[in-house]
Amino acid sequence: MAAILDVQGLKTSFTTPEGPVRAVNDVSFAIHAGETLGIVGESGSGKSQIFMSIMGLLAKNGRAEGSVKFKGKEILNIPVPELNKIRGVKMSMIFQDPMTSLNPYLSVKRQMTEVLETHRGMSQDAALAAAIEMLEVVQIPEAKRRVHMYPHEFSGGMRQRVMIAMALLCEPELLIADEPTTALDVTVQAQILDLLGKLKRETGMAIALITHDLGVIAGLADRVMVMYAGAVAERADAGPLFKTPQHPYTQGLLRSMPRLDEARAERLQTIGGQPPNLQRLPEGCTFRDRCVYAFDRCAVERPPLRPVSPDRAKACHLEAL
Amino acid sequence: MSAAPLLSVQDLKVHFDVSRKGLFAGPPAVVKAVDGVTFDLKPGETLGLVGESGCGKSTLGRAVLRLLPATKGRVVWLGEDLHTLDHAAMQEKRRNMQIIFQDPLASLNPRMTVGQIIAEPLTTFNPNMSGNEVKERVRQMMAKVGLLPNQINRYPHEFSGGQCQRIGIARAMINNPRMIVCDEPVSALDVSIQAQIVNLLMDLQAETGMSLIFISHNLSVVRHISHRIMVLYLGKVMEIADRDSIYANPLHPYTQALNSAVPIPDPDLERQKDRIVLKGDLPSPLNPPSGCPFRTRCPRATEICAQQMPELLPAGPSHHVACHHAGPRD
Repeated sequence: MAAILDVQGLKTSFTTPEGPVRAVNDVSFAIHAGETLGIVGESGSGKSQIFMSIMGLLAKNGRAEGSVKFKGKEILNIPVPELNKIRGVKMSMIFQDPMTSLNPYLSVKRQMTEVLETHRGMSQDAALAAAIEMLEVVQIPEAKRRVHMYPHEFSGGMRQRVMIAMALLCEPELLIADEPTTALDVTVQAQILDLLGKLKRETGMAIALITHDLGVIAGLADRVMVMYAGAVAERADAGPLFKTPQHPYTQGLLRSMPRLDEARAERLQTIGGQPPNLQRLPEGCTFRDRCVYAFDRCAVERPPLRPVSPDRAKACHLEAL
Repeated sequence: MSAAPLLSVQDLKVHFDVSRKGLFAGPPAVVKAVDGVTFDLKPGETLGLVGESGCGKSTLGRAVLRLLPATKGRVVWLGEDLHTLDHAAMQEKRRNMQIIFQDPLASLNPRMTVGQIIAEPLTTFNPNMSGNEVKERVRQMMAKVGLLPNQINRYPHEFSGGQCQRIGIARAMINNPRMIVCDEPVSALDVSIQAQIVNLLMDLQAETGMSLIFISHNLSVVRHISHRIMVLYLGKVMEIADRDSIYANPLHPYTQALNSAVPIPDPDLERQKDRIVLKGDLPSPLNPPSGCPFRTRCPRATEICAQQMPELLPAGPSHHVACHHAGPRD
């Protein structure tokens, strides 16, 4: 399978008055056609900044280095007009909060048809018809009427559907979904996850699903990448990752979530301490202060991400857990 | 736990008048945020409140503490109706009832040191306590909630989210209250920190015997911490039962849908799961459906549901459900 997105040695840092913040530290991965890659991590793990770097959306004090190839063509730090031929067209992104990502002054129709008229050269009528059709794909009832409404007239779940519809307008080959259900209620989250699953099956588009919730990933992702302190801790196929986590952090995350499908434990297992400060990353393994397996070597040598089996890589000195 | 209730809430209603006033006055509009809720809370018990945004769970928590006025109904605290007390008498009760909030940083005054924040409830209720004793009590409390006592002079912004939540808990615990309302205390925290805070609250409860009202939209966390669970929808109680019944034997279609919507972190189970996907969104609380508020999204709704709000009826030992068609999932 050809890689749609090939990321090599991506490093993203932000300059601040207190010194540089290293948000992404040498991350490499690929997303193949039709594949859903789940990216899990806690706040500050760098999971969103990877894709903000790729989409050219970093804050002004941010800088990305490395290589990002979209279908073989380098796109990292290319001029904006060049990038605009790809982002929003072949590669789209949806965000956590649909209200702040939609323009409150423009009707949904205006926001949706603009893309088609600019990128596809469609006439107004054709663009409107395409917009309505796309709203129907994402299961918005009465799309013909609702397309003329403004974002505030939609509920949170409906707004997220509008966002997804907008992202799909140009039939992207890669959809980047950054915490698409985090702001939604659990019953609405179930609807959106169902919709993403359906789109994945029917369009064959590749999806990068960024989330802090391992449950959200479990239903959709083919492969999973676990991030910690700006680097990849573990990468594996979804099944084995959940069944036999090989990195102590992955294991800790899975154990610290109470689960509805299992008998209730008297006490939750925890990961002690807290994530390191990205301005002052410790020597050696960044997870060692919180790791129950840490030994001498972890304090002096940072473990590189290394393959441990054909489908799995981890950044840990231990052979097996 | 068969003791007399610490708190008894009877047919509590909290309605907000949201109609436009003045020159451009609109038609009368009322949001019934809490609409006829009844429950008891025993000493040492944790009651979980679950429901989606807008179901009234936070409003209920605040009305119980009289941070919001009740439109109707009673909140009886150890035999006294809180909403009839005068200001001074209510102030005295507050020593025993505290609240912790969702956003740990926003609920701490950025210009006060951690020591001042935690000491404030203590000095409010014990104005004659010596400075040294206050400091000593604050240090002990900081150690108890897992903060370093030598950080007593730092400011909230110097702490992470999880630590700020510990500060909030220390402030709530300093007067050794009999009840804490926890309003989404772990929702803003990362998974690995959530578990630490849940364990801390359970340890403190085991030590002091306090009661908790634990408000959350996260059903897995609520099941872990609660003894009993109440499910709310548009201000009304749909089902209330002990923890195991709510999850093993839910009788209300809404509870069943909520349970099935929670994603399970196991790809095999999650993909095979027979999820009940509800149609549509929560109706507007300004204009709730007639009869049962859930009927517009309910897979079992029939004619009677549009005409009549079902009563909350017993369905087993310590299990009550409000549904015309209550029963196990098909």
